[in-house]
Amino acid sequence: MEFTKPELEYAELLPILVVLGGACLGILLEAFVPRGARRLPQVVVALGSLVGALVSTVIVGIDLDDHAGAAGSTGKGLVGAMGSVVVDGPTVYLWGLLLVFAIGGVALFAETRLEGGVSAFTGQAAALPGTDTERDASTRGLEHTEVYPLLLFAVGGMLLFPASGDLLTMFVALEVLSLPLYLLCGLARRRRLLSQEAAMKYFLLGAFASGFFLYGAALVYGYAGSVSFAGINEAVRAGGANHGLLLAGIALLSVGLLFKVGAAPFQAWTPDVYQGAPTAVTAFMAAGTKVAAFGALLRLLYVAFGGERWSWVPMLWVVAIASMVLGAALAVVQNDVKRMLAYSSVAHTGFLLVGVLGVQSADDLAKGQYTSLEGVLFYLTTYGFAMIGAFALVTLVRDAGGEATHYDRWAGLGKRSPLVAGAFAFFLLSMAGIPLTAGFIGKWAVFTSAMSAGAWPIVLVAIASSIVAITFYVRHIRLMFFTEANADGGAAVTTPSLLTSATVVVCLAATLVLGVVPGPVLDLVTHTGDFIR
Amino acid sequence: MLSLLVWLPIVGAVAVAFAPRSLSKTLGLGIALATLVVGVVAAARYDVDGGRQFTETREWIEAFGVHYALGLDGLGLLMVLLTVLLVPLVLGAEWFKADDPEGGGARAFVAWALALEGLSLAVFCATDVFLFYVVFEATLIPAYFLVGSFGREGRGQAALKFLMFQLAGGLILLASVIGLYVVSSQQGSPSYLLSDLEKLDIGTEPGRWLFLGFFIAFAIKAPLFPVHTWLADTTEKATPGTGVLLVCILDKIGTFGMLRFCLGIFPEASQWATPLVITLALISIVYGALIAIGQDDIFRLIGLTSLSHFGLITLGIFTMSTQGGTGSILYMVNHGLGTAALFLVAGYLHERRGTSLISEMGGIEKVTPVLAGLFLVAGLATLGLPGLSPFVSEFLVLLAAFGYAWYVGAIAITAVVLAAIYVLWMYQRTMTGPTPPEVEGTKDLGLREIAAVAPLVAALVFFGFYPAPLTDVSNPTVGDLLHGQVGVDDDPPTVDPAQVEHDVEEGH
Repeated sequence: MEFTKPELEYAELLPILVVLGGACLGILLEAFVPRGARRLPQVVVALGSLVGALVSTVIVGIDLDDHAGAAGSTGKGLVGAMGSVVVDGPTVYLWGLLLVFAIGGVALFAETRLEGGVSAFTGQAAALPGTDTERDASTRGLEHTEVYPLLLFAVGGMLLFPASGDLLTMFVALEVLSLPLYLLCGLARRRRLLSQEAAMKYFLLGAFASGFFLYGAALVYGYAGSVSFAGINEAVRAGGANHGLLLAGIALLSVGLLFKVGAAPFQAWTPDVYQGAPTAVTAFMAAGTKVAAFGALLRLLYVAFGGERWSWVPMLWVVAIASMVLGAALAVVQNDVKRMLAYSSVAHTGFLLVGVLGVQSADDLAKGQYTSLEGVLFYLTTYGFAMIGAFALVTLVRDAGGEATHYDRWAGLGKRSPLVAGAFAFFLLSMAGIPLTAGFIGKWAVFTSAMSAGAWPIVLVAIASSIVAITFYVRHIRLMFFTEANADGGAAVTTPSLLTSATVVVCLAATLVLGVVPGPVLDLVTHTGDFIR
Repeated sequence: MLSLLVWLPIVGAVAVAFAPRSLSKTLGLGIALATLVVGVVAAARYDVDGGRQFTETREWIEAFGVHYALGLDGLGLLMVLLTVLLVPLVLGAEWFKADDPEGGGARAFVAWALALEGLSLAVFCATDVFLFYVVFEATLIPAYFLVGSFGREGRGQAALKFLMFQLAGGLILLASVIGLYVVSSQQGSPSYLLSDLEKLDIGTEPGRWLFLGFFIAFAIKAPLFPVHTWLADTTEKATPGTGVLLVCILDKIGTFGMLRFCLGIFPEASQWATPLVITLALISIVYGALIAIGQDDIFRLIGLTSLSHFGLITLGIFTMSTQGGTGSILYMVNHGLGTAALFLVAGYLHERRGTSLISEMGGIEKVTPVLAGLFLVAGLATLGLPGLSPFVSEFLVLLAAFGYAWYVGAIAITAVVLAAIYVLWMYQRTMTGPTPPEVEGTKDLGLREIAAVAPLVAALVFFGFYPAPLTDVSNPTVGDLLHGQVGVDDDPPTVDPAQVEHDVEEGH
């Protein structure tokens, strides 16, 4: 077999390369810079590479118009890296979104004022909880700066995930994004056992999910004789023997991806992991993973299995309904803020899946209508900002034992710190989908899209779940504003440094602006066009 | 013009929220009065036969076919005037109560009240269904904080119940609004403009489903039996001022929406649903009045009388006749004036007695004659005494009810009797009787308190004798709606606004 040198489109792949390069540089810093002096260079490298990647994403996006897609398709972009990476409109939009969220994540990671001069990550991960070594590490003020390269690797995987052009690249991206996250989840400074348990749980279940994904990829290869999405698409449209193989393959691949987005019945890890992980990691993960995994799910279903739409649509109906109902119903009975947000994120996954079921091809739409892909992209935008903002605020509400996430501690917060409580209430209202917040427009976009496709029963279920979801959001607002604090006073707000406050302010502004004047961003989303093959 | 009207209180609310606490009330009252002036100027420049006026249309969200579109017709104008009149009065009446250390502070009260005013005005002016929906839902946030932060023990729970009911209704409405988008985009490009939607040819089946969504939402808002249970709890726990804002302004959105959207966009479905709606309205009328009689809490009682009144308004709307339509619109205005006066005076009484239980009051009449007198006038207005304006509207609605079917009219007319019972019995128990020793020396109403109620009473008397301004404004709207949209002609097809006015004259 003759070896051909692969052609790489460096200019278009630059965002991924910059982020992964930054991660490698971060590891070198770990090796060569003395322990005490690592923090600043690491933060600079992480922020620098993310901002650099964002700038190059914007440039790639502007140049994208030159690359018209195949004749007859509405998409634009190019298939790079010998067919394994697809840089098209949705990819570039998701890249931009992910990088913005990642910058917010780095800002939260780097916050040190809340813990009195150290980060929220453990001083020495290898020290067993409750031992002298741990106490020693903590008195010496040690901290793990490896979290920044780990975050960059995860971001690299997230960028690659929705851009993959074949199943193998997608699997590699899945692993690259997951492994650093497993590790990050276990690095909390406080409540370390809970954090380690979360990491373990996430890792075990995640490994299973990856196994499912890989097995599905093998089955689909067996059916189509190709791992590239374009090849699979052709094989599916041509039809062939062994249809069962294809169906089983779709099912297994979907299990892998639905696990990552946290859809029911694969949601069991979400509450534990969201609660146990350091809150900064939760914020980054909740937004980033969901954006990347939804991008990948959409590409897989729309591009590779577009011809089998009627095979996977019923499955998604069931999953979407289960996610919305379970997420909303279980969130009602929680008494911990982080768990409540986790279950609400399961419900949001369901809402997003409702959007995935919407009208997909532009031919079925009236002029001026938008496709389901665009609806989902917009929802992801609104969801990510609200989640990061809400979790960032959770890090501020503290008592002597660190973050106070139990409901009791939040009682009466509105009287003690009206600003923080007001901002949190605003994010909750956005998640609940109240008009004049971004969440409403997002919900509206995915619901109309599904309704246009004639899926009115699922829209009705979605609306019923929204009503249930409103109960716990509003109850929390009532807890903060209209309930008297406990006798011992409850949690107080610690003033953060500029890093966290800036993140919160940006998220707040985005949530408000996207709710009041969503036009520009919607135009941007509509301008992304379709996936290309 | 309308943008100024809508944005002035909203910007004012933000200004109050950031201004020093000492200025809150003065600034807030100033803004409310300025809004009143803008409203009055709009009314002065309004051309009665000009259809929808002062229209402003701008692209808002192109991808959804959504416009920032405002416009004013007769119905909208009356609601706008009611709103701009009531808010300054409420601020005046609650002048000192807003400082109550138990509550959330005067600044928050004024700011939320102004925000509620601005958003309600936007609701009445919106001519784009999406914009309407957005502000319709957004009004709930200030209302929630007004109920939750100010008032009596247990208000948090009441606020939650209120919000849950309203948001549930809102989401059901959302389903219909989304459905409208789909129907509209199937027939060309999606648009939410009311003028486009009224031209839309909606199939019978989808039209009825969409109508149901709109109707349920408005029935919760209004409220109608059986989704009224939030009403009494909310009015009991909230301050009287909040009660006025909720019952007299916010709840009007329900009946306003029925006229504007149910009849305007779904004429066929509205007629199809008439028997059901009329049944619900009749149950509300009788049931609301009956349980009002049994209440011991004065604010619960007033809240429940509104249930009965909203039943009458809905009845008038769905008789689909000019008399009924005009009567309902008049009723919406008159109910706003009468119930607001009743709420505010009951609030004064509550302040003086420190209890809201009717059984523990009594005998204050001789000590505070002005208070008792105003209370009596407001009460008599509520029961529809001839010479006070609610009589005119009640008469028209009952006339329309008899026109629809004699038994409907016969059931509806019991409301008059029942109203007499609950109002007069309440007056008797709270005001008359021997003066208990602890009441001796209670101060009668001060100038500020009288000034807050006097305009309402004056309006009640004025429109009771001369309702022509109200009918002139509302008749063209009703005519357009019934003849243009619903396509109903009254039984004697010659009935025209002049005829209705003639009926009204007879009513004196």
